[in-house]
Parts: sequence; structure tokens; C-alpha cells
Amino acid sequence: MTLGKVVGTVVSTMKIKDLQGYKLLLVQPIDPEGRPQGRTLIALDTVQAGEGDTVMLIDEGNSSRQILGAPQAAVRTTVFAVVDQVHLGKDA
Amino acid sequence: MKLGKIIGSVMCTAKDPGLEGVKLLLLQPVDEGGKAYGDPLIACDTVQAGPGDLVLWEGGREAAMTLPDRFNPADAAVMGIVDRVNA
Repeated sequence: MTLGKVVGTVVSTMKIKDLQGYKLLLVQPIDPEGRPQGRTLIALDTVQAGEGDTVMLIDEGNSSRQILGAPQAAVRTTVFAVVDQVHLGKDA
Repeated sequence: MKLGKIIGSVMCTAKDPGLEGVKLLLLQPVDEGGKAYGDPLIACDTVQAGPGDLVLWEGGREAAMTLPDRFNPADAAVMGIVDRVNA
């Protein structure tokens, strides 16, 4: 699981059936301080996240399939939580 | 998933049975601004994409899971044609 920031959305009409019905989010992985880490990813949204939200995402197939309840789905990257707060350090 | 641009196709007559009937596309990974990064790769097509299309693609085991015959050697597959990126 990693932190990410939703920086946009992707619209696709012609797609495999495993992706149908889900909003696709463009997510920038970030570190706990909010600094970008690596390249953006496109993730399935399961929690009604939107642009600007800090989210938790998983970039692993089996975990994503469990979240989606779809054991055969060809899906790897999923947003499954909207982050309210991150506490860092002694006060955490 | 990641974004990519279809830049061509690859034809193979003799190939692994798991890829029988599967169109193979040459794909250049791009970022959300359309800027290319990394090396082009060959991806299986499941959505009738063609040269010039901006697509969604995935590498690894999930690529193989998109094909009708799941026992196949694919390590990249196109999963959708992008209409629009709102970034």
C-alpha cells in the first residue's frame, strides 16, 4: 500500500470488461510528506475519490482482485481509501 | 495501468499457441502529457486498438489474464482506448 494524490481522471469507452463500471483515476504516488515518487499510475476507483484527494492505493494484482471481489479480473492498481490525515514522527 | 501510444504492429505466423489469434501492437509508454519515456514494447491487443491510439496498458501477470487462453506468455496487454485524459 502506498500514498498517492489524485491528479486527474482518464476516460475510456472501449475497454476490457474487467474495467467496466469503474472510474479511472490518474494517481501520483507520494511520500508521507507529499513529495511525488515516481511516475503516475492509472487506478480503479472504489471509494469515490476525486481530484486533489490524498488516497491509499495498491499496485498489486491479487490485493486488487480481493478489493474488487473479482478473482479473475486483470486489474493491478486500485484506489481503496481516501486519507484524512497522515501523522509523522513522535506525535503520531 | 499506464498510458501508451500505439506506434505500429507486429505480425507473427509461427508463435506460441497461447497467442493464436491475438493482435500484437508496438507500444510506446507515454506520460499524461503524451511525452514518451522508456523503450517501446510489444503488447497484446484486446480492444481493437490501432496506430495513433492513446491506450491503457498493463504489464506482468495481468496482461496474460486479458487473453482468452490464460496459459500464454504475454507480459504486456492493451486494456482500453483512451478517449480523454483530464489532468
